[in-house]
Amino acid sequence: MNTSPLRPGFLIPAAILLLAVVAPLLSENRYLHHLMIMACVWGIAATALNLVMGYAGQVNLAHGAFFGIGAYTSGLLMLKLGIGFWIALPLACLTAALFGLLIGMPSLRTKGAYFAIGTLCFNVIVTVIIDRWENLTEGQRGLLGIPPPSAIPLPFGLTVRFDNNMVATYYLFLIMLLLTLFVTRRIVVSLMGKDFRAVKGNEELAASIGINPFRTKLIAFVTSTFFAGLAGGLYASYIGFLSPDISDFHVTFEVLIQVMFGGIGTLAGPIIGATILPVISETLHALAAYRMVAYGVMLIVVIIFLPTGIMGGLKIVWTKCITRK
Amino acid sequence: MDLFLQQVINGIMVGSVYSLVALGLTIIYGILGVPNFAHGSLYMLGAYFSFLLVTAGGVNYWLAILISMAALTVIGMVIERIVFRPLVNAPHLNSFIAAIGLIYVIDNVALIVWGPDFKRFPPLYDQLYHFLGVTITLHRIIIVITAVVLIVLLELFIKKTTIGSAIEATAQDRVGARLSGINVTRVDMWTLGLGTSLAAAAGALIGPILLVYPAMGGAVTLKAFVIIILGGMGSIPGAILGGFLLGLIESIGGAYLTTNYHEVLAFGLLVTVLAIKPTGLFGKAH
Repeated sequence: MNTSPLRPGFLIPAAILLLAVVAPLLSENRYLHHLMIMACVWGIAATALNLVMGYAGQVNLAHGAFFGIGAYTSGLLMLKLGIGFWIALPLACLTAALFGLLIGMPSLRTKGAYFAIGTLCFNVIVTVIIDRWENLTEGQRGLLGIPPPSAIPLPFGLTVRFDNNMVATYYLFLIMLLLTLFVTRRIVVSLMGKDFRAVKGNEELAASIGINPFRTKLIAFVTSTFFAGLAGGLYASYIGFLSPDISDFHVTFEVLIQVMFGGIGTLAGPIIGATILPVISETLHALAAYRMVAYGVMLIVVIIFLPTGIMGGLKIVWTKCITRK
Repeated sequence: MDLFLQQVINGIMVGSVYSLVALGLTIIYGILGVPNFAHGSLYMLGAYFSFLLVTAGGVNYWLAILISMAALTVIGMVIERIVFRPLVNAPHLNSFIAAIGLIYVIDNVALIVWGPDFKRFPPLYDQLYHFLGVTITLHRIIIVITAVVLIVLLELFIKKTTIGSAIEATAQDRVGARLSGINVTRVDMWTLGLGTSLAAAAGALIGPILLVYPAMGGAVTLKAFVIIILGGMGSIPGAILGGFLLGLIESIGGAYLTTNYHEVLAFGLLVTVLAIKPTGLFGKAH
């Protein structure tokens, strides 16, 4: 096996990481910074969905609900209780994971389409509750004025401030994305990750070699919801405004599409999808309704001709290059 | 008591439309294994086509329903050929994404062509009938009767015709059907046409009671999925029963239990049922 530090599996991610670190310093363009920050938010959400869907094989269509739960938890804690960002964010993750546990326990007993539609129904319920529980969530008016992350004090009297500082926000979010990726990678390469894939392949077979399929699925599900909550919490602080739409099942579909477009079951795929798709969608913005038609056609074409997403396509090209040598 | 009876009648009316939509969805799932999330968008097209035929074309309402059903049969077959056939061997998740792509395409084409405003059918059969303290319009009675007739026709079509038998055989065992000389690819195409025409009929029937607009299919798709999960994926009696059941529960529950949350009754019901019985009400164990 090729283990040299110059192998493409190491070199390409390293180059991309370098680009991600340097890029905001090269340009003053706030719009570019905005796109990069959002790529981190969706990157975390897509990586989380990929963990439960791509590795453990459970098509969780309530992902947007957990994103929304995370966002609203941190938003409400900061606005209504005046709790600081650095406490509210972990609490948002834990709340999303707690809901993940409560929903995962009954729903993971179902399989396939039953699980997908069951979780989709849960997503709709969450959105309607956020919409109607006006005393808590302000309903359609939305939560306004969620503060940005509080400043981090540094030695020598310096501080890192996040209000009106998109570059600092970007670096914070990038670190969170890298943390998410790091944890996901650790899980995927561990014995637990092997259990995930065994359960995805065949639950009965996995059970016959001593894996507890339910427990394995539940761990994948709860971990995934934890990071969905993280993405939601970061989103709330960056945008500063929340409405019930942010927990809608369309958010679920959007993240699902990002995962499939980039390449399901790969580490890089969801990040690629989460970076490229919002850019395409924004670029087509001037076309109004035509943009959604074009977007729909693109989805269909990509899913037909590149069923394993961009990563799958790259893999095919790469194997061809190697075998030609 | 009057209120209760009124809600039961309304529930049966809504339920008959739900049954039609869910029937189309369930036969498509039973044959192709595709969760066709674009089903509601095709229902919307059915409503628009019949609306335009009646208002702009001056066509008789019943003829308009038939023409929309025929048009949607063709559209369904084209969708099968272009979108779902290339994905027949791919994971179902891929067809699901393609179906979401279809929603974007169809709903937004409708938005571009017909605009975002709500369309209202001209008054058709709005005579009122009173009995036992219940008020009902003729159109609602017509909806229920037509839906039942269509369901019976579908059953006859599947049981009595060659194409129907081929569809049933393919649903039971795709490989076996192919081995006995059935062209399953053609069956796929027929099934999508058939299922879509049922959605069109449902849209055309309910159109005069509700309003017609580009996004009208979204909620219907979700509810149709709730129904076919409750009734067991691919099961025809399950879809019929589930449709009426959901119509009744929504209508009665909406009147007595909660008005604020009545649109999530369906989803709450499904989550509860799945928590108790993970294979649905009528589903068999895996």
